[in-house]
Amino acid sequence: MTWSEIILATLKDNQVRLVAYVPDNILTPLLKAAAADDDFVTVGAAREDEAVGTVAGAYMAGLRGAAMMQTSGFALIGNALASLVVPYQLPAILIISERGTMGEFNIGQTLVARTMRPTLDALGIMHHTLADLATLRFILDRSIKQAFTTQTPVALILSPLLTGGNPAASAQLISPEGPRA
Amino acid sequence: MSDDRSSAQTLNRAALTRRLVQRLTHDEAVVAGIGNTNFDLIAAGHRPQNFYMLGSMGLACPIALGVALAQPSRGVIALEGDGSILMALGCLTTIANVKPRNLTVIIWDNGIYQITGEQPTATAGATDIVAVARGAGIAHSEWVRDEAHFDALLDRRFEHGGPRLLAAKIDDQPGQGRPLRDPVLIRTAFMKGLGTSRSGVLDA
Repeated sequence: MTWSEIILATLKDNQVRLVAYVPDNILTPLLKAAAADDDFVTVGAAREDEAVGTVAGAYMAGLRGAAMMQTSGFALIGNALASLVVPYQLPAILIISERGTMGEFNIGQTLVARTMRPTLDALGIMHHTLADLATLRFILDRSIKQAFTTQTPVALILSPLLTGGNPAASAQLISPEGPRA
Repeated sequence: MSDDRSSAQTLNRAALTRRLVQRLTHDEAVVAGIGNTNFDLIAAGHRPQNFYMLGSMGLACPIALGVALAQPSRGVIALEGDGSILMALGCLTTIANVKPRNLTVIIWDNGIYQITGEQPTATAGATDIVAVARGAGIAHSEWVRDEAHFDALLDRRFEHGGPRLLAAKIDDQPGQGRPLRDPVLIRTAFMKGLGTSRSGVLDA
């Protein structure tokens, strides 16, 4: 199975049936598969904090959900985490595709990516970096079960080591540097 | 329809909230945005299906959308102020496209950030929030002309299917109540009201 098939199957195994997202290139196979699967309700949000709010509301009404986004989108959800998800003890599953590292061409992405783990740490939100196909299902499955059992959020960061990253966002060296001939 | 906004009377949020609550006879969920919006909701009498936000400005509609998707047979109402919805206009486009039949959004519009010092919002100027909502795709978005019209719109809110948005011009009177600042208690009580709490086993 591919990484996206494993994630979808693991969400399904744990009755996580709502996927609220702002799209990202890396997440495409996962989002497409969720949209095509009648077991899932998918909501394309305009902003990532919206997706988090919808997942929060759905949980309280009995529907488990995951919010999916890119690293830069994570930077928009600080207030939703700090004033909704964490204090209300809501088990939001955050699935974040990681840009800004391992060959990123966009300096803005590299900077915003550096704010992600410190923000999660500051808020005391458990996070795991998913980098290996062999351990993906174990980490994801156990983390989802822990989140809903203990009513705490969890962030699962999809490393380029797992997904291959976004080829369109790869840094390319265009010419050797130094004095021109 | 361009005269809708100019023909809307200026009403009072506490009075309208009481009228709303009186008409909720089917355990409808109500998600109330921060500040005066939820102050007046609790002042109208706490209901187990009320959710009070203590932060996350702008997320009343997304939270209510989640509730509406999870429980499609329950009526769900989002209450939000003009400043809050201006912060999250994109969510109107999301709601318009998801088309939850059981969701009603009510915007209290007094044209000011009332709780932070009464600075004007965009709706005090050029912005018509009903026109914004219609443009976002919530076709059944209307200004509330007066209290009787508010009642009538509420009673007819499911007749077209799909989501509905009502906007009321309101005065600058402060909210009358205060919810307990205990997020876990608020969440637990709300879940109990929606029948999703696991705390039942601890009830004496």
